[in-house]
Amino acid sequence: MNQTTNPNSFRTGPDEQGMFGIFGGRFVAETLMPLILELEEEWTRAKADPAFRAELDHLNAHYTGRPSPMYFAERLTEHLGGAKIYFKRDELNHTGSHKINNCVGQILLAKRMGKTRIIAETGAGQHGVASATVAARFGYPCEVYMGATDVQRQAPNVFRMKLLGAKVHPVTSGHGTLKDAMNEALRDWVTNVDDTYYLIGTAAGPHPYPEMVRTFQSVIGQEAREQMIAMEGRVPDMLIAAVGGGSNAIGLFHPFLDDKDVQIVGVEAGGKGLDGEEHCASLTAGSPGVLHGNRTYLLQDGDGQIKEGHSISAGLDYPGIGPEHSWLKESNRVEYVPIMDTEALEAFQLLTRLEGIIPALEPSHALAEVIKRAPKMGKDQIIVMNLCGRGDKDIFTVGKILGVEL
Amino acid sequence: MTTRIDTRFEKLKAEGRPALVTYFMGGDPDYDTSLKIMQALPGAGSDVIELGMPFSDPMADGPAIQMAGQRALKAGQSLKKTLSLAADFRKGDNETPIVLMGYYNPIYIYGVERFLADAIEAGIDGLIVVDLPPEMDEELCLPALKAGVNFIRLATPTTDDKRLPLVLSNTSGFVYYVSMTGITGSAIADTSKVNQAVDRIKSHTDLPVCVGFGVKTAEQARAIGQSADGVVVGTAIVNQIANTLDAKGAATSDTVESVATMVRGLATGVRAARLAPTQ
Repeated sequence: MNQTTNPNSFRTGPDEQGMFGIFGGRFVAETLMPLILELEEEWTRAKADPAFRAELDHLNAHYTGRPSPMYFAERLTEHLGGAKIYFKRDELNHTGSHKINNCVGQILLAKRMGKTRIIAETGAGQHGVASATVAARFGYPCEVYMGATDVQRQAPNVFRMKLLGAKVHPVTSGHGTLKDAMNEALRDWVTNVDDTYYLIGTAAGPHPYPEMVRTFQSVIGQEAREQMIAMEGRVPDMLIAAVGGGSNAIGLFHPFLDDKDVQIVGVEAGGKGLDGEEHCASLTAGSPGVLHGNRTYLLQDGDGQIKEGHSISAGLDYPGIGPEHSWLKESNRVEYVPIMDTEALEAFQLLTRLEGIIPALEPSHALAEVIKRAPKMGKDQIIVMNLCGRGDKDIFTVGKILGVEL
Repeated sequence: MTTRIDTRFEKLKAEGRPALVTYFMGGDPDYDTSLKIMQALPGAGSDVIELGMPFSDPMADGPAIQMAGQRALKAGQSLKKTLSLAADFRKGDNETPIVLMGYYNPIYIYGVERFLADAIEAGIDGLIVVDLPPEMDEELCLPALKAGVNFIRLATPTTDDKRLPLVLSNTSGFVYYVSMTGITGSAIADTSKVNQAVDRIKSHTDLPVCVGFGVKTAEQARAIGQSADGVVVGTAIVNQIANTLDAKGAATSDTVESVATMVRGLATGVRAARLAPTQ
């Protein structure tokens, strides 16, 4: 029943209970259950409604700026001397990351549902900015929960959200990071059940969020597939993307899951190394558990208490992972590997110099894996990496580590 | 199977009064103090004990219970120790029902079968697991019922008449009505609304209905006790504990007695209520 090996297709999940094998589900308080069911009903209707699709396509094209380019990184390819490297350039989207793809979709749902207030959680602030952006565009009040620690280290994004009219709540409970921000957003939702739409930023949380966010992000993989076929006449040999909660990765991966010859690699934050406590590699070093509405791989202790993660990149600093990734790991369809802070930082600098692109620290992790793999591959082989965010937000973090006063 | 919970509510029904259900966090501020608090509860007038299992990410709880959980975890509390707390309490009291309340992950990691066996061994009568709605019954609810442990479900203001039968199915022991949409420790808006909701649930079930979330004073306990079969007080007790701790968060000589004093006051309120005539 919970078959996790060799299914006919890797693209049919989740089932009606919101499960991907043993992962996913709806582990929420009763107060939220009717809201989640209502959301699922509306989502099912919206998916089948051509008008919803048309409005989403229109916003993707004219507001976000889709399709994002598929860029052949010629100098990086030459430098590494192996496989051809392409970047799916979602960092060129409005607001600077893939997060907007999901926010545009969910704000349309919120509108259909007659909700009048938007709440969101954010780690690095990219999802907070994207949420505040669509809330401004559609005229909704927006409140963003952000760990107090993250508020400090991501000051430019906090100011962006405020400019966009959002209210930012620094969360001091717990340890003041993304997981605590998500707890606090859930507490807000359970309190304001009638008017509030909870705009979750990653492909995690209770069903139907993982499936819904994946669907909105899958535009990345669908475009990538078409672009590859147009440019190279075939699908790539390998896909690489960073995974924090996992939304950019599942967006790129999902349309390719049934292409057996496409090797797929997800890159987790190895932080300062997996032998210590300072990392965020929930798939490589965690175990299955239940948090934030779903069963998935988590960083936790032997008593089931959730641990704090660490990454140089605030966007990967979450002790869980979307449930579909947990399932893809256990079914061996996707390989998940860790990349250390230092490796990501080197990759960040390399790309900046070689291609004139400043990547965010999140895709810098994916890039570090590209740097490891490409030289071992043939020159006729192709890697597509999701360049899911731009690095403007990270220059302060990087400057500090490099000892530069900004 | 009749549990201590069933026996207790039958007895109270015969007495014509509602139950005082008291919540505290296991291991807050430390194991020994917590055990003394638990031992003091029945004598102070608590009819049913809700024993909190600390969790790092209590998403349905307000600041008071979050902090209590953090204090307990910092003092080394674990699910295993929370079960020991119940077992130690049972050495001196074999009648007062104990309901464990918390979140699923520590139980999942402990292992459901092993947890149920150890919980029964420790003298646990019921479970309230906040993040297990009826849609997830196969996880713990059905195994618990099979093992003879009551599974107490939360019904909330968002649980409408269409959904209520689903929530009540597989519920045993009592029904826990959450007085408002919100987290623990928020303020109850209107006790008359709560009483209407209790009547609505009672029209769907013969199980006792207890009301919690936001009950802080003896007067509120009395007002809600007019329709409910039980009144749950949690945050107020947890706050009382917190207020007696020293600057380092350690228990003082006042801790246990001040909780007992508060519970005696609440018990007076509950005992002043009269059950609505049953049909």
